Amino acid sequence: MKEKLKAIVEEALEKIKDSQELDKLNEIRVAFLGKKGELTEILKSMKDVEPQERPVIGQLVNEARSILEDNLDEKKKYFAQKLRREQILKETIDVTLPAKKPMIGHRHPNSIALEEVERIFVGMGYEVVEGPEVEYDYYNFEALNIPANHPARDEQDTFYVTGDILLRTQTSPVQVREMEKGRLPIRIIAPGRVFRSDAVDATHSPSFHQIEGLVIDRNITFADLKGTLAEFAKQLFGENTRVKFRPHHFPFTEPSAEVDVTCFKCQGEGCRFCKGSGWIEILGCGMVHPRVLKMSGIDPKQYSGFAFGVGLERIALLKYEIDDMRLLYENDVRFLKQF
Amino acid sequence: MNTPLSWIKAYVPELDVTAQEYTDGMTLSGTKVEGYEQLDGDLDKIVVGKILKIEKHPDADKLIVCQVQITEEGDTVQIVTGAPNVKEGDIVPVVLEGGRVAGGHDGSKTPGGIKIKKGKLRGVESCGMMCSIEEMGSSKDMYPDAPDNGIYIFSDIPAYDGIRIGSSAVEALGLNDVVFEYEITSNRVDCFGVLGIAREAAATFGKSFHPPVVKVSGNHENAADYISVEIQDKDLCSRYVARIVKNIKLGPSPLWMQRKLAACGIRPINNLVDITNYVMEEYSQPMHAYDLNLVAGKKIIVRRGKDGEEFQTLDGQVRKIDSSVLMICDGEKPVGIAGIMGGENSKITDMVNTLLFEAACFNGTNIRLSGKKLGLRTDAAAKFEKGLDPNTAMEAINRACQLIEELGAGEVVGGAVDIYPTARTSRRVPFRADRTNKILGTSIDKETMIGYFKKIDLDYDETTGEVIVPSWRQDVESQADLDEEVARFYGYDNIPTTLPTGEATTGKLSFKLRVENMARNIAEQFGFNEGMNYSFESPKVFDKLLIPAGDKLRENVVISNPPGEDFSIMRTVSLNGMLNSLSTNFNRRNKNVRLYELGNIYLPKALPLTELPEERMQFTLGMYGSGDFFDLKGVVEEFLEKVGMKKLVSYDPKAGKTYFHPGRQANIIYENTVIGYMGEVHPDVLDNYEIGEKAYAAVLDMPEIVSRAAFDVKYKGIARYPAVSRDISMVMPRKILAGDVEAVLRKNGGQILESYHLFDIYEGSQIKEGYKSMAYSISFRAKDRTLEDKDVTQVMKRILDGLSKLGVELRQ
Repeated sequence: MKEKLKAIVEEALEKIKDSQELDKLNEIRVAFLGKKGELTEILKSMKDVEPQERPVIGQLVNEARSILEDNLDEKKKYFAQKLRREQILKETIDVTLPAKKPMIGHRHPNSIALEEVERIFVGMGYEVVEGPEVEYDYYNFEALNIPANHPARDEQDTFYVTGDILLRTQTSPVQVREMEKGRLPIRIIAPGRVFRSDAVDATHSPSFHQIEGLVIDRNITFADLKGTLAEFAKQLFGENTRVKFRPHHFPFTEPSAEVDVTCFKCQGEGCRFCKGSGWIEILGCGMVHPRVLKMSGIDPKQYSGFAFGVGLERIALLKYEIDDMRLLYENDVRFLKQF
Repeated sequence: MNTPLSWIKAYVPELDVTAQEYTDGMTLSGTKVEGYEQLDGDLDKIVVGKILKIEKHPDADKLIVCQVQITEEGDTVQIVTGAPNVKEGDIVPVVLEGGRVAGGHDGSKTPGGIKIKKGKLRGVESCGMMCSIEEMGSSKDMYPDAPDNGIYIFSDIPAYDGIRIGSSAVEALGLNDVVFEYEITSNRVDCFGVLGIAREAAATFGKSFHPPVVKVSGNHENAADYISVEIQDKDLCSRYVARIVKNIKLGPSPLWMQRKLAACGIRPINNLVDITNYVMEEYSQPMHAYDLNLVAGKKIIVRRGKDGEEFQTLDGQVRKIDSSVLMICDGEKPVGIAGIMGGENSKITDMVNTLLFEAACFNGTNIRLSGKKLGLRTDAAAKFEKGLDPNTAMEAINRACQLIEELGAGEVVGGAVDIYPTARTSRRVPFRADRTNKILGTSIDKETMIGYFKKIDLDYDETTGEVIVPSWRQDVESQADLDEEVARFYGYDNIPTTLPTGEATTGKLSFKLRVENMARNIAEQFGFNEGMNYSFESPKVFDKLLIPAGDKLRENVVISNPPGEDFSIMRTVSLNGMLNSLSTNFNRRNKNVRLYELGNIYLPKALPLTELPEERMQFTLGMYGSGDFFDLKGVVEEFLEKVGMKKLVSYDPKAGKTYFHPGRQANIIYENTVIGYMGEVHPDVLDNYEIGEKAYAAVLDMPEIVSRAAFDVKYKGIARYPAVSRDISMVMPRKILAGDVEAVLRKNGGQILESYHLFDIYEGSQIKEGYKSMAYSISFRAKDRTLEDKDVTQVMKRILDGLSKLGVELRQ
C-alpha cells in the first residue's frame, strides 16, 4: 500500500512537472484527486486495510494529497504569471502617438492682460469699478478740465451721439463719477472700452480698452504715484523692470507724466522692439488737477490724489508680441488659442 | 516741430552736448524729443576740392579724368567722372577714398551710406568721387543754389568765395548738423518756436539764453500814412500789427538762412518768403504779406465773413465762407482768410513794389474750427490754432523788418499800425514752496525752486509771494502748474519713490465682474474661446439678421459723426459680432469653432436720446462644428448652476427670434423671467453671413444673471439609503414636449423623487406617424429610510395618471 502510494505521488509529480498548460493541470487534478482519482481510490480501498494500519495509511494519503495540491497550486500560479507576462508584453503602446486633448477654450489676450493688472492693483487695495461707455460730455471732458473747444477734444476724435452725449474717449470719466460719490479715500481702477474715431490699421482701432487708476486721500504725493507705478511695472513686466517718468501734459493732471519701462525684450539695451531706445512708453499719469477735485466736490486743500491711464491693448500687444492690433478683433481661433 | 541743433546754439552758444544728451535732457525736462537725424550721419571724408585739370578718358566718350587738389598743401587725386557740369578751376565737394556718401545722384538714399573705394573706370584709376547735392543726402529743393544736374560747385556761388581747399565740405554745406523732432504738448504754445525751445534748452542744461536783439528799424516815414487798420470782431482778433516795406528787391536769401530753413524741411524760395518763414520758425508767429497796391482804400478791416460769400485763396481754390470765418478785408472786399491763407486777389508777385506786412493774433479755437470747416490746414493755421501770445506779434514783425533791412530786401517804412485793444500782461500766481513739497513728496529749498523759475523767465516777487509769469507762458495759471515747473527742473527721476500711506482699503472686484469671470471660466471649460467685437456696427445688420422693420431692436443709439456706415450705430443685439466671427473662422476653414463674448448692447430709453442708454452686458456663445443645440444648452445650464442659480431653468420654444430656426429656438426662463435665448441660426441668416454649416448661439442677459447669482454654497448630506429606480416607456404625439412630461414627473413625484433622465427617444417606422416614443428612468430615494415597494408604487401611480392626462400612452 505504501509503495503504491509512493508510486502514485511520484507519477503525479512527474506529470505536474511536465505539464505545459493550465488545462493539463486540471486533468491531473481530476486524475489523482478527483472523485474517481487514484488517491480517492486508495481511500476507498481502506476498508481492505488492517484496522490498526488505517490511521497510518490515512495520514499518508492526506500527506500525499497535500503535496499534490501544493504542487498543483504552485504550477497554476506559475501559469497565471506567465500568462500575465505575455499579455503585458502584447499590450505595449506607442507612447509617442498624438495626445487626445480635451476641447478647452482660451481667454482673449486683452482679458488675460486685464486680469494681470487687476490682480496687481487688487493686491494693493484697489477696487475694480466700471462706468458707462456711452457718456455725458460733462464727465468725459468738462469735469476733467477740458472745456468746450479745448484743443484736447480734437486730439481725441470723439464719436458724438448728441450735443452732450458721446462715446467716451477715455476711462477718465469714471474718476469723476467715483469722486462725486463723496466716499473717501478712493483707490480704484476702472477698466473699460473707449472709442476714438481712428481708422482701423495695425496700431489703431476705433474701439479699444483703457484701465484708469485713481487714488485720493490726504497727503498723496507724486512720490506715491512713482512708487505705485514702479511696483506695478515690476509685477507686470518682471522684477528687474525700471521705470522712467517724463514730464507731459494732460488737462486733468498737474504735474503730469508719461511713463516708460525698460524694454522687457532687451532689458534696456536697445533693440528693434523698443526702436533702439531701451524704453517703452506704457502709460500717462499725474497728480489730479486741483480744479478737477474741486469740480467733483473734493477740497484740494484737504485731499490730493493721483491718476493714471493704461492702454490695455498696448500692454497685451507688448506682452504677447502681437504685431497687428486687428488680430484682437478678428476672433480667429488660431489666434485666440495661443493664449 | 523740427529744429536743427545749430539754430538752438545760435541762442544758447554755450550749449555743448551730443545729440543723445540733448535728447535725453530735453525729454526729461518736458520737451520731448521724438527722434533726431544726424544730417551727416552717412557722410564721411568729404572735403572741398579744386579741379586742376580735366582730360578726356581714353576709352569712354562720356567720362572725363580730373586731377583734383584735395589739401591746402596741394595734394591731388585722380577722379574719373561722368558729370557733365564741371570745368577746370571748379571748387567742388570731393569724397575721398574710404569715405561715404548718403546715396545716389538720383536722390535715392542708402541706409548707412555708400562707401567709396578706389577703382578703375574703363581702365583708368579713380580715387574718390565729386559729389552732387543728392549724394550729400539733400536735394535741389532745399539747396536751390545747386545745379539742376551734376556736381555741386562752390565756386559758382559768391557766398563761398575764399573757401579753403581741403576743409570739410559737409561743414561748408551746413550738413554737420542734427535735426531734432519734438512732440510739443498743446499747453506749451511757446515751444512751437525755436526761441521757446532754445529757452528750455538753456534752462535744462544750465546755460545762458541769448534771444535775438531786435532793433526797431525803418525810415523816417510812418506806416500809418500808408495804411489804416480796423478790427471789427475783437473777440476773434486780439491784435493786428501792420508794417510797410517799399522798394522791394526780390532775390535769394543768404545761405545761412537757407540752410537753417532747409534743415527744418522748409524750402528756400526768395528773401521775402524766407524771412517770413524764418521768423515764423523763430517766434512761432505767422505773418502774411499783401501787395499794398492791391489793397483797396489803403485800409484793412478784420471782420467775420458773410454767409454764402465765396473767396478765392491764393492756391486758386474758391472757398465757401460763412459768418463764423474771420476775414481780412480791404476797403472793398476780403483779401485773405484770417490766419489761414491769403487771397488770390492780393498775393505777392515778382512785380511787387510795396508790401503790407501783417502780424496778428487770432482766436485759436476759431482758426481751428474754420480750418476744419474749409478743409484747409496751413502751417500758419497750425500755429494760430494753439492760441498765440499777442505780445509776440510786434516783436516778430520788427524782427522780420530788421532782417529785410539787413538783407537788403527792401526799404522798411518807419512805425507800425498796432491795433491791440486789450493788452495781455504778465500774470501773478501765488506760490507756496511748502505746498509744492507736500504734493511732490520732496523737500526742496524754496531758493532752489525760485532758481528754477528764474531760468525760464518766471520772476518771484518776494513781497507778495507771487510768481510773475510772462505772457508767453499762458499755461502757468496756478500753484499746481508751478509744482510741475519745479518737478521737471528738479528732475522727475530725483523725486523719491514711496507708496501711499493712510487708511487701508479693501481690494476687490465688483460682484458683476466676478460673475463675468465665472462666465469666462465655464465657457472656456466647454471649449469656447473668448472673442471681442466692436460695439458699433452698420444698420444693415438688422436686415442680415432678418429683424423686421419697426422692431424694437432697430431703435438704437446713432453716432452723429461716424467714419463710415460700419461704425454708425451702437448695437442692440450681440449676435452680429458673433456671426461675423464665426464667418471669419468658417471662411478660413477652421473646424469646430466655439466662441464667446462678454460685451454690452446699448438700449436707448427714449429717442432722440436725452439720457444715457441702458448698457446691458451680454454673454454670447456661438459655435459650429461638433455639438448641437443640446450641447449648448448644457453649457448654459452648467453656467447657471455655477453662479448659484440652482432652481429650475425652463425653455419656451416660442422665443420669436427671426435669426434663429423657427423650430429650434427657445427663451431661457428662470423664475418666470426671460434671462436669455438660444437657438440654431436660421439657414437664411447663415447664408447672409456665409457660414456653410449649422451654427448655434446662446445669449444670456447678464443683468438678469448678476441680480440672481450667488457664490455661497451650502453642503448637503450625501444620501445614505439606497435609491429605487423605475423605467417608463411612453408613446405620445410629437407636440408634447419633454418639458411637459418632466413637469408631470416633478409635480407628482413628491418628496421621494430624486431625479429622472431621458434615456431613449425615437421617431420613425416603429411608431405611428406624428408620434414619438420616449423612455425615462426615474429615481426615488428617501433621506431617512430605505424605501419600500409600496412608497414607490403609490408615487408611480400618480405619475402615470398624470401622464395619461397629458395624452401619453404607456408602452408595455
